[in-house]
Parts: sequence; structure tokens; C-alpha cells
Amino acid sequence: MRDVIVIGAGPAGLAGAISCAANGLLVTVLDEFMKPGGRLLGQLHQEPSGEWWNGIKEAERLHQEANKLAVDIRCGISVYNLEQEGHHWHVHTNTGRLTARFVLVATGAAEYPIPVPGWTLPGVMSIGAAQVMTNVHRVQVGKKGIIIGANILAFAILNELQLAGINIDRIVLPEKTPISGKAAEPEEIMKSLLQAAHLAPSPLLRFGGRFMKHDWIRKLGLTFFPKNGVKVNGTPLQLRKAAVEIIGKDQVEGVRVADTDVNGMIIPGSETIYEADFVCIAGGLYPLAELAAVAGCPFQYVPELGGHVPCHSEIMETPLEGLFVAGNITGIESGKIAMAQGNVAGLSIAKQAGKGTGTIDQQLQQAVQNIRNVRQNAAIQFNPEIDKGRKKMKELWKEHYAKGDEKFHKIG
Amino acid sequence: MSRILDHPVFGKIHERELVSFQFDEKTYQAYKDETIAAALLANGVRKLRVHEESGTPRGIYCNIGHCMECRVTVNGQANTRACLTVVEQGMIVESGKQLPNIIKRMVEQR
Ligand SMILES: Cc1cc2nc3c(=O)[nH]c(=O)nc-3n(C[C@H](O)[C@H](O)[C@H](O)COP(=O)(O)OP(=O)(O)OC[C@H]3O[C@@H](n4cnc5c(N)ncnc54)[C@H](O)[C@@H]3O)c2cc1C
Ligand code: FES
Repeated sequence: MRDVIVIGAGPAGLAGAISCAANGLLVTVLDEFMKPGGRLLGQLHQEPSGEWWNGIKEAERLHQEANKLAVDIRCGISVYNLEQEGHHWHVHTNTGRLTARFVLVATGAAEYPIPVPGWTLPGVMSIGAAQVMTNVHRVQVGKKGIIIGANILAFAILNELQLAGINIDRIVLPEKTPISGKAAEPEEIMKSLLQAAHLAPSPLLRFGGRFMKHDWIRKLGLTFFPKNGVKVNGTPLQLRKAAVEIIGKDQVEGVRVADTDVNGMIIPGSETIYEADFVCIAGGLYPLAELAAVAGCPFQYVPELGGHVPCHSEIMETPLEGLFVAGNITGIESGKIAMAQGNVAGLSIAKQAGKGTGTIDQQLQQAVQNIRNVRQNAAIQFNPEIDKGRKKMKELWKEHYAKGDEKFHKIG
Repeated sequence: MSRILDHPVFGKIHERELVSFQFDEKTYQAYKDETIAAALLANGVRKLRVHEESGTPRGIYCNIGHCMECRVTVNGQANTRACLTVVEQGMIVESGKQLPNIIKRMVEQR
């Protein structure tokens, strides 16, 4: 009988499965996508060292390692429910029920939608959809596109689309509405771009990062923000333009765009139509945590982690016996961190199962420290306040769930 | 739309076995291991269904199984996600159609 079911074959799930199996546990990994790798599969960026981070290669490496350890990986299977019975978990899938003592939920992240009028037209997609179509399926999403929403994922994928020879005409913000929130505030966007100034996609912003720490200078920066935008890798980023409507009959034909003031309010009479045959909406990421919720796991809202996250310890346990989490379900970060967290979760499960050698405690400590090291050197950071979010969760756990005899909570 | 045959980092697309399938009674070619959504887009088809109530067109949105916007009928199985389902030889795919909303009409007539 299997010991562990891992839900999600992304970097977190695969790394978790590998460290479980390396410690002698029998592991089954389930994933609804057609092949293992999760969102690693679309990723392609250049590290500060100049080296390429090729997610497809990383996914293949993890897959091979898991295969060597006889991990049973099943793709094309969707999990829709988790039920605890005694000391076991029942995992309900579209092809039947599986049972194990331990479950690792590593379902990753999803994208926040921004409902712009016309967004249901064929040819409008999330920015991540364009990434997967381009890099995983190798099919062109269109000839000329417009990105609505400016965040780090949008810039990363802009670059990927360009590498594949696809033309992105411009990046504009969504129109300010109660739903679009901060994504439509030029100043908020500027702030987040500047906080990540060392990673900023344009020399102007990198340069500005040093000066624009004060609110009034930022406002001034926006007042004089070039009307045609600043070029990001050749594509204009237009913080003072907002998408009012996506137009087209049976599919996307263009976007109606208006000029905005420094607060993102539309300047009447300034509308123009830009032609495009596809549109990408970049609303940012949130933890995909429904399965932890149906399992009955308590949650906490931590904005720095991307939204509602299941309560978890530094060693990836949840308050429910036998249920573990790892990767973006615990907070939005890059693939390398998800992998490091998966490794911790795997060791943690091995420890609880009474496996591992005498050094398992030490290995676990090292693995927790490794997450911090990877975080410090991350080339991509989705939320500049991630450390604050992680700390909040750590304190919450200490306060409500930590058992006195667990020495791990004293680390760091 | 066309395929990205060559790529500066990934290199050339590898040749794979071709299969044929039907979408709304028309026959298309696909690579054996690709999703219905990718195969249709490669054939220039963006519209996968119409909204059940309004009849307005819909295509993929998230492309990774989260939004259900790409639901089609596959070999008779309704509400199947085109972005997760791999094409098979002889597969019969049908777009989602507009449906009568009897209750809404009844409410409107009151
Ligand atoms: C669209 C998108 C694009 C991204 N692009 C980048 C990028 O370019 N660079 C970067 O650093 N980070 C990117 N990220 C962040 C990404 O989440 C992390 O880099 C990393 O992949 C997270 O790893 P994970 O293992 O936690 O989850 P994932 O890699 O997301 O893997 C989760 C897996 O779980 C599966 N799954 C989810 N729910 C179920 C279910 N109910 N049943 C069965 N299987 C299920 C999914 O199919 C998926 O394969 C992106 C995220 C998204 C959503
Ligand atoms: S496009 Fe979102 S589920 Fe298929």
C-alpha cells in the first residue's frame, strides 16, 4: 500500500515526492495537466548570471529523478475532494478514490482575473495562458497582442513571447474599477516596480529606483511619465493609459484605450483604438488552495503571500494530521523556492512516518535554512514583502498550533 | 495561427506523430500529444463554444484547467476542458451550444 499521495506534479510536488521516496516511502503523484512539471513547464528567464532558467529542462530533471526512485506519477487526473477517516486520507479523483496516510497538497497558484469589458471574447486570455501556449505547446497565440496589467509576471512573459517571435504592441493598465483595484493605480504599479528596482525591466526604472523612494517624487515621476510610455525590451509600458474595452465581433480585433491622470482616472475624450488579434490580462497570482479548504484546514489571509493560505508550519505541516502543503499554495514565490519547500515537506513526512536515518532532524533543519538561502538569491520575487508574510505565518503557527516538544519552531 | 517551429533557446520543434480529429463535424490534424485547445488554435480556431445563455462566443482563458471557459463535449462527454484534454485519433469534439433557459423565460413572462 502506498504511504503518500502528492497532489500536483509541479516543482513542490515533485521535490516532495522525491524526498519521500528517497527515505523509503511509497509515493503516488497526481496531476490534471498532461505532463509533470506544473508551471515550471512554461518558465524561461535569464538569471542575473546570464544563464537561462529553462523550466522544461528543470521539470525533466525532476521527473527523471522521481522515476529513478520508482515514484508513481499519474497525469491527466483531477482531484476534487479530500476526506479524513481515522488515520487515513481518501483522495477523490475523476478516475476513482485513492487512500494513504499522508497527503501533500502542492496545487500551486492561479491568476487573478481582471474583468475588462469584452474580456470574454475569444483571443482574450490570461498572461499565463499565453506562456503555456507559447513555450509548452509551441503554438502562436496571435500576431500582435496587447497586455493589460503591469507586473513582474507580465514582464517575464512579454520577454518569452518576444523570444518566440510574437509582437506585443504595448502594455497598458486596466480601467480603474472597484474590481481592478491596485492593478489600475499608476502609483501603486510604479511603487511595486521600484521596490523590485534591481530586477526592473527598464533602465529608467532601475535608475529611478534610487530616487523615487518618496511619495512626492514618485507623483512627480508619474506627472512627467512619457505619454508614449517607457520601453521595456522594445515594447512601450504605458502607465498613463487604461484599457476601457476589448472590441471585436467573434474574436479580438482591438482595444479601446484612454489616457489617464496620475491617479488612474480617465481623461474624457482621450480614447483611441489600438488593433490587436489577442489580449493578455495580467492580474497577478494567488494560492490555489481549494483542496486544503475542502479537507478542513484552517486558513489565514496574508496579503504578502498572495491571499488566503492554509495555516502551516515552517516544516510544511498543517494543523490536520497527515496533511502537508508546499509550494505556491503556501504563498506566491518562484519555482526554485517551491522546490526547496517540497523537499522540506518530503523530509517532514518521512520523519513523521518514522523513516529516515538518525540525521533526519538535521536534514530538516538544513532544508528549512535552504529555503531562506534560495529566497535571498531569487532572481524573481513576486511580492517584495514576502519575508514579512512568511514571518506572520510562522508567528501564527507558534501561537496557535505548535506543540511544546517540537524543537523545530526554535530554528532561526 | 501557426506553430512556433524554431526557438532561440528551446530549438526546433520535434516532429511527432499526427492524428486527425473532428471539431463540429470538420476534420483537423493535430500532434498526437497535444491538447484540444492547442490543436484547434494551431488550426486557426479560437472559438470553442458559445455562452449557454447569451450565445456570445468563448475561447480559452487560463489554458491550465482553472477557469472552465474552454468546456467542450468530447466523445459525448459534456463539460470537458479542452485545455487539459489530449487529442486522440478519431476523437469527436463538439462546441458548447446555447441552451434554452426555461425558468428565466417563465420568470420574465410573469
Ligand atoms: C500561469 C502561471 C505562470 C507562472 N509563471 C512563472 C514564471 O514565469 N516564473 C516563475 O518564477 N514563477 C512563475 N509562476 C509561479 C509558479 O507558481 C511557481 O514558479 C511554481 O511553479 C510553483 O510551484 P508549485 O509546485 O507550487 O505549483 P505548480 O507549478 O503550479 O504545480 C501545481 C500542479 O498541481 C496541479 N493541480 C492543481 N490542482 C489540481 C487538482 N485539483 N487535481 C490535480 N492536479 C492539480 C496542476 O496541474 C499543476 O501541475 C507562474 C504561475 C502561474 C499560475
Ligand atoms: S481555459 Fe481555463 S479551464 Fe481551460
